[in-house]
Amino acid sequence: MMNTQPLQQTLDHWSRFTLRQRLMRYGGLALTLLVVAWALSSIDVIWEWVWDAPAQMGDLFGRMMPPDPSNLPSILEAIWQTVNIATLATLFAVLVSLPVAYISAQNTTPNRVTLWIGRFILVSSRSVNTIIWALLFVAIFGPGIVAGIVAIMFRSIGFLGKLLGEAIEEIEQKPVEALEACGASRFKIVLYAIVPQVMPAFFAVSILRWDINLRESTVLGLVGAGGIGMILQGAIDTFNWPEVAMVLLTILALVVFGEVVSSYLRKKIL
Amino acid sequence: MLKISNLTKRYGSGDPVLKELNLTVEGDQLTSVIGSSGAGKSTLLRCINRLVEPTSGSIELNGTEFTALNRRELRVARRRIGMVFQSFNLIDRLTVMENVQVGRLGYISTWAALTRRYPREDIRHAYELMERVGIAHYANRRADELSGGERQRVGVVRALMQRPEILLADEPTASLDPKTSEQIMTLLRDLASELKLPVIINIHNVTEAKEFSDRIVGMRYGRIIFDGQPDKLTNAEMDEIYAGVPAMDRAEVGAVA
Amino acid sequence: MSMAKDSWRKPPFIANPLIRYGLYGAILIYVGLTLATLPIDWERVSDGMRRAQRIFSGAFPPSFERSGLLIDGFLESLKIAILATVGGILLSVPLAFMAARNIAIKPVYLLGRGIIIVARSFHPVIVAIIFVKAVGFGPFAGALTLVVYSIGFVAKLLAERIEEIDFGQVEAMRSVGAGFIATLAYAVVPQIMPRLVGLGIYQLDSNLRASAVVGIVGAGGIGATLANAFGRYDYDFALAITMVIVGVILVSEAISGFIRKRIA
Repeated sequence: MMNTQPLQQTLDHWSRFTLRQRLMRYGGLALTLLVVAWALSSIDVIWEWVWDAPAQMGDLFGRMMPPDPSNLPSILEAIWQTVNIATLATLFAVLVSLPVAYISAQNTTPNRVTLWIGRFILVSSRSVNTIIWALLFVAIFGPGIVAGIVAIMFRSIGFLGKLLGEAIEEIEQKPVEALEACGASRFKIVLYAIVPQVMPAFFAVSILRWDINLRESTVLGLVGAGGIGMILQGAIDTFNWPEVAMVLLTILALVVFGEVVSSYLRKKIL
Repeated sequence: MLKISNLTKRYGSGDPVLKELNLTVEGDQLTSVIGSSGAGKSTLLRCINRLVEPTSGSIELNGTEFTALNRRELRVARRRIGMVFQSFNLIDRLTVMENVQVGRLGYISTWAALTRRYPREDIRHAYELMERVGIAHYANRRADELSGGERQRVGVVRALMQRPEILLADEPTASLDPKTSEQIMTLLRDLASELKLPVIINIHNVTEAKEFSDRIVGMRYGRIIFDGQPDKLTNAEMDEIYAGVPAMDRAEVGAVA
Repeated sequence: MSMAKDSWRKPPFIANPLIRYGLYGAILIYVGLTLATLPIDWERVSDGMRRAQRIFSGAFPPSFERSGLLIDGFLESLKIAILATVGGILLSVPLAFMAARNIAIKPVYLLGRGIIIVARSFHPVIVAIIFVKAVGFGPFAGALTLVVYSIGFVAKLLAERIEEIDFGQVEAMRSVGAGFIATLAYAVVPQIMPRLVGLGIYQLDSNLRASAVVGIVGAGGIGATLANAFGRYDYDFALAITMVIVGVILVSEAISGFIRKRIA
């Protein structure tokens, strides 16, 4: 477009974007503003509460100070339980996700039907949040750590299976060809040509998910599925704010601990 | 003895890549297949062990008709054909020993494969072959730690571990520098006579082909247009193998058909 | 040719056998003990299976009778997600500059990192509970929660992007005597803008997901509708809501993936 204009006319004029680009940018901005205005004007909020919010927040935090460590032993026990939930659930989810990843990767799935079964498992596992899974499993197993483990596990299968499946799809095909030429069976090809190539991704993804699961496990207790969330819920229900603060601090420590451990493992193994 | 008759390969509905091709290889001959890119060399080699499925024709190795085999039979039969690849096709993260034992995978139990408990006989054979090609001290190294020439030696040992009746090599030296390339060619020639093994090599480098082969096969656009001893390959015939416009050849085929 | 060896073992992953078997043993003991101490009450489980059967038979077929409620819940979730994304990004940009090692001075950097770590550490549901207690039930608590959630993600990745910028451009601006704001506007912002837009679209998508969850603890949106349906044993309506949530999440993931691909 610039080139078609006579050179003299463009010499004293410069703009970063062409007209079309500028229109697109302003259009995008206007659309965003419009959507925000719509959301603001129609959202069902009592605005007095909003203006009051900073004071309320300050008040709440004031009541949390100082954190009360008197219940620390049972808090630490619940944290230990939380770690166990995350670890066991990750372990089981890893085991289950392996065959799921195998059938949902395009280059290893036996046929179309298994491919779609695999994808269905991944999508349904990933789309339903941990809390919703937990609601369901608390109804089945009753309140407690078992429901928590199963809920975290169900949610993790989709995550692990998807990323592992992608890793399988990205492998180098050449070793597979070599093994086929040697007359190796399908299972041995998986064992020698696919497993070694997927190994690094396998560890990376498992460690990452363990880290995420540590965080997810802290809320299971709110729907009765065990862990530190139980104590948090109890403290909130009894308006014991100093203890709430203590629990929050412990969770913070747990999450930081999880990040340190997982980055150490990643460095060590990969 | 490998006997290929009337082999045709067509991808999709396009022109055939191999056209009614006939070739017989026997004894401990080292046969080089030369020809420009797209002449069908690689397809020919892969049709022999059916990594590429032939469209029609027959492939017979010491009495076994390969085109008639079902999947399970084919798997067993493939163990009799060793193959060496241009990019080595090793499993990078496994040790050299594991890569070499891949050649025996067809013979050992799944449990032995999983736990890496290979039969003593296979381990001894592997060490002998690795020593022969000069990589025995690398047995516990990971394959991706080796240089190109060393990696191709692993590829050769892997193929020989199969105790093959014939060895196919698809551009085995194309990824290597000239000196290493010569070493690998020497190795393949010596192994052919030591093990009384017919070897078929696809190769770009005509000088190397002439120096190391007992027989040269020249291909152009899916046909064999030269077949004879290296010293019979004249400049005129070289020109014919490497010159020519594909369209002309295709047109000619069309006219014949 | 020398006498060839006939035995071979794969070199173990951990060379020291003491550490190796110690580690295996420790893992085995840990898993064994935690599994053994799991309080599984099989009677309760078999009882629960009956209950699960009741839930599932109550849930089929899913009921879309009260689709008005469902649509309202969704629109509310959407509004929460939009406002939280915009608010989150507005707060994330200055925070990201604070938390970028190459721009901020040390104390500001530490403060910025600290805020981001705290925002990332707490699961949105926990944040939601606190906000619900502080500012009352409803979408406002939900929006605040997701603002915190957005900061944890957007500010962190944006700060990392700022740390990776080409500093030559900044030096060029300084060498012509440009002020701090002009330097930011000309040398830094153009470099991080594509990332910011991409992050914003991704965050809108994940806020929509999260808003379906924080509603369960009273922070408005479709999650609240779902929690109500579950609490009233309306399992057929709950299933319908879950199905719609899954559908919307898939669609929004596809849209956001498409837009991000176009931008990149």
